[in-house]
Amino acid sequence: MAQYLIEMKDISKTFPLVKANDKVNFSVKKGEIHALVGENGAGKSTLMSILYGLYQADEGEIFIDGQKTNIYNPNIAIENKIGMVHQHFMLVPPLTVAENVILGMEPRRNYFFIDLKKAASDIKELSEKYGFKIDPWAKIEDVSVGIQQRVEIIKVLYRGAEILILDEPTAVLTPQEVEELFKILKSLKGQGKTIVFITHKLNEVMALSDRVTVMRDGKMVGTKVTSQTNTSEIATLMVGREVLLTTSKAEQTIGKTVLRLEKVNAFNQHKYHVLKDISLTVKEGQILGIAGVEGNGQTELVEVITGLKPISGGKMYLYEKDITGLSPRKLRELHIAHIPEDRRKRGFIADYSVAENLVLGSHYKSPFVKGCFLNPPEIRGYANKLIKDYDIRPAVKENLLKSLSGGNQQKVIVARELEREPNLLIAAQPTRGLDVGSIEFVHKQILKERSKGKAILLISAELDEILSLSDEIAVIYEGKIVEIMVNKNIDRGKLGLLMTGVHK
Amino acid sequence: MFSSIISPDFFASAIRIAIPLALAGLGGVYSEKSGVVNIGLEGMMLTSAFIAVAGTNFTKNVWFGILFAVIIGILLGLIHAIVSVSFKANQIVSGVAINLFASGITVFLSWLWFHETQIMALKNLPTWGFKVPNPGEASSLVRGLIVIFAHHSPLVYITLVIIIISQILIFRTPFGLRLRSVGEYPQAADTLGINVVQMRYIAVLISGGLAGLAGSVLSIEQAHFFVKEMSGGRGFIALAAMIFGKWTPFGTAAAALLFGIGEALAIRVQGVYTIPVQFINMIPYLLAILVLVGAIGRATAPAASGTPYEKEIS
Amino acid sequence: MNRDKSKKSNLFFSIIERITPIIAIIGALFIGSIVILLMGEDPIQVYKMMFGLAIGNRDGWGNVLFRATPLIFTGLAVAFAFRCGLFNIGGEGQVYVGAFLAAYIGFTFAKLPAILLIPITIAASALGGALWAALPGFLKAKKGIHEVIITIMMNWIATSLTFYLVLVYKAPPTEEMRLAGVPQMIPHTSEIAEAARLPRIAPLLSKINISFPSHNPLNISFFLAIIVAILVYYILWKTSLGYEIRAVGYNSAAAEYAGISIAKNIILAMMISGALAGLVGTNEVMGYKFRWRQELFLGLGFNGIAVALLGKNHPLGVVLAAILFGTLSYGGALVNIYTAGKIPRELIMVIQAVIVILVVISDEIIKRLILRRKTE
Repeated sequence: MAQYLIEMKDISKTFPLVKANDKVNFSVKKGEIHALVGENGAGKSTLMSILYGLYQADEGEIFIDGQKTNIYNPNIAIENKIGMVHQHFMLVPPLTVAENVILGMEPRRNYFFIDLKKAASDIKELSEKYGFKIDPWAKIEDVSVGIQQRVEIIKVLYRGAEILILDEPTAVLTPQEVEELFKILKSLKGQGKTIVFITHKLNEVMALSDRVTVMRDGKMVGTKVTSQTNTSEIATLMVGREVLLTTSKAEQTIGKTVLRLEKVNAFNQHKYHVLKDISLTVKEGQILGIAGVEGNGQTELVEVITGLKPISGGKMYLYEKDITGLSPRKLRELHIAHIPEDRRKRGFIADYSVAENLVLGSHYKSPFVKGCFLNPPEIRGYANKLIKDYDIRPAVKENLLKSLSGGNQQKVIVARELEREPNLLIAAQPTRGLDVGSIEFVHKQILKERSKGKAILLISAELDEILSLSDEIAVIYEGKIVEIMVNKNIDRGKLGLLMTGVHK
Repeated sequence: MFSSIISPDFFASAIRIAIPLALAGLGGVYSEKSGVVNIGLEGMMLTSAFIAVAGTNFTKNVWFGILFAVIIGILLGLIHAIVSVSFKANQIVSGVAINLFASGITVFLSWLWFHETQIMALKNLPTWGFKVPNPGEASSLVRGLIVIFAHHSPLVYITLVIIIISQILIFRTPFGLRLRSVGEYPQAADTLGINVVQMRYIAVLISGGLAGLAGSVLSIEQAHFFVKEMSGGRGFIALAAMIFGKWTPFGTAAAALLFGIGEALAIRVQGVYTIPVQFINMIPYLLAILVLVGAIGRATAPAASGTPYEKEIS
Repeated sequence: MNRDKSKKSNLFFSIIERITPIIAIIGALFIGSIVILLMGEDPIQVYKMMFGLAIGNRDGWGNVLFRATPLIFTGLAVAFAFRCGLFNIGGEGQVYVGAFLAAYIGFTFAKLPAILLIPITIAASALGGALWAALPGFLKAKKGIHEVIITIMMNWIATSLTFYLVLVYKAPPTEEMRLAGVPQMIPHTSEIAEAARLPRIAPLLSKINISFPSHNPLNISFFLAIIVAILVYYILWKTSLGYEIRAVGYNSAAAEYAGISIAKNIILAMMISGALAGLVGTNEVMGYKFRWRQELFLGLGFNGIAVALLGKNHPLGVVLAAILFGTLSYGGALVNIYTAGKIPRELIMVIQAVIVILVVISDEIIKRLILRRKTE
């Protein structure tokens, strides 16, 4: 037997505009849990996608159990007993659990038909073996994210995988679900499976892994035995410099109530009750953080406050003035600024230039228009100023936004929204997918607004972000605010329980 | 008076009118289930309607005419697949181009081969089933049942079989499961080693073949001739039937029958009331708009329908 | 990175990107020549005849521009809607209705002086098209129903409706039709008033001593089309309305987020698009036959789609593409006559469809080439 079960040698992969992997060497021992860490864009997912046959490396070789293997599509990976659980679940929402699991390897009846009964019993058997409960007949779109992840793992095991790759498996889970996942992974390891898991959360690396490999800017920067290293050493390897893992926050006097929601209710397009009697207030100089597992109504809450979604009941007030039912434009004119959670979807127009995006939403107002015509000199001047003030790179206002990096795209959004002198700033997932430098920048900007006495509503899936920035924390669960508390000596475990609907 | 309209003959003609809509609608189902919008159904039907007559007249055999019609439908499907699946061009643009092409090529070839734009089919299809008994020979119930269900052109029965097979194929077999997964979430299918491009090609080719068969029904079976632009928007009405039928074969066939009843009713009403014929002619199109308005909120298209599959991030 | 070099290669690619239509045209003519060869004719001779007759003399040019005029309108219609993310393939119906309304105003308010009647009739043709496009716009904006199917259905409804109306306002066959022994197979309306007619180019040119055949149908609606094209350019790229319409077209979710009303812009864009298509009435009714007859408009709406795609949905591109299609159409008709029907004029329709397919394919190929180049 070879020393390593997987060996990837000198792997390089180039995408348009980025070198995702640059001569990466990566090896995994049989039966270990191996953490692969690095910042967003470090090339972890690309490397694993190459191992799983989704991408082909431009250069380099892969050895499985000492055998040189050319994995040119996922079928080859599956034949080699490699399975992958993707960060964005690869499940087809309108299909059932069973249909998703067997897809591509369907058991047959009379040659022609799918044998769904056999599929269901196989799935039952597998899930009992590894200790998780799953209803094979449930539709994916009806089950929770935690269950969906288990379906993904079952899917991999159903294909007889001995090597499991998990890409950021904890990103969407509550602390309790994370613990359960870790139990499952440890039991899989106990049964002799090999696990590679991608993450950027260092406490998870320490809690779970046997060895850890760090990537930065597409390059491999080191592999350590977990028990012989510590978080600060890994963090330094990750970003290439010393990092401060804390955000300092000054005391701030709280002023008048800016935003007040009173028993706000809303339904989504499937007539599902997504916001139930939401009441909350945000005051001047205060950051209210909304904690919760994604998909519990955060998106809808933001859309309701910004007028993007109508409400079915309740009232909303800005400085005690009724703003219920106003259009997005009216609300923007009342100086509500919004950093949207999905920046590619809502935050900018990719085919517009930096300058055009910086006036998005103010494009119809003086001085950016004269009569019904746009006023290019004013727009150019304004863009130049913002590019300088917010350090947007490259500093070319004619560049299309799609040509910018994620961090700089977010800077454009932040610049545009903060320059509108907001009374209320709604920041939804403001640092998602950004590198450390950009995260620091965004956090600083949010705190600066707080020190100017603005009211800020912060929505984030990162519990750390909520805990380090918020003055008060509201926990949302299934469309309800289950608890609002002052952010002082909060017990993470208790917060986690609240996020999963368990009361106190 | 109303009962004189709603007779067995009325239902029989409703079924006949529904057949090409159901076939083309099924073509739409296969294509869209795989994630490819096929606006080109109209042009595929038109071209096939022409080829069916031309093929029949050249070979003196109506079945060869139908076979050629299906083949030409598949070839046009191939063009649509190459442009919109392999080259990832806008699927609607590709479909529109096929429709433009069909309008041109059919008239072009009509002139070239027949020197006229209305071409009679030299052979017609036989009628299969029971002989319709004369009044008195059988009860009116038996006679009615025979008229409605058992006295049709072979293409009616063939269509029924295709509808049933399609329903089973799409919802009960590995092929159907893969097809649906490719149209809902191609990335997921790809990670399981399903060849997205290949599935889409198969689906679009089936779609073209069915539209081709639908076209041959229009010319060979219903009109017994070809005339330019004879598809008259039926490819689009078929898409409306598909949407109203929630992208399932049975639903689409039922919606097509609804259109058949509507059109048959319009034809009958015309004989009773004096409504200008132009307004009668509008009915299928008005019905299609109404049906689409009615379908809102209760049907969802396959999630990836209309978007080319991009594997590599850019 | 070497900035100058990358700038230069960017320029090279942006040129390549712009000329994909030319590649498509050459490809389509090549495929057309294969078809001609299969028919046993000499493609070079045919093309020579086609282009020679069409643009070899002033009469030809006049006819080409006359045929290009309605295509500029319908092409602009498709392009304008496209910029808002809408596919208006209902130009055909919008043309019928707009032109009919123009004809109706033209023969009904015959007492008005030209200075009033001409603008009112022009406005009527735009209004008719706009109204016909309003319903698909409304259903798209408020109900999310795809505009493609609705606009097609509206085409067929317009065909029937105008056919009914033309029977209501039917006029007897013209003198020349009667002399030619043509029974009134295709009905038409009575003629619009003199005061509603647009002047032809020929008499205008003869005033400044340029000889131009007096029977040539080119009229000043061609210049109207050019002015409208310039106007469309200004609306789309220089006004806040155009900024909003394009924003909705590129990314409606982001536009909505920024306080831009998607519904308002969709309906507005559809109606403007319909109005542009309706303006075809100025050329065919006000400047040419002075009455409404369906055959005048056949296929103009659909060819507008090809014109817009070939012109890359840009007003300048639309004008150039329309002139090309005008050339093909006039040249094709002449070839048909000169070869005594051996080469049917529908050959042109086939070539046009092939151009559309090749334009979309070559666009995608170039896009990928550029991406690949940028990675190196």
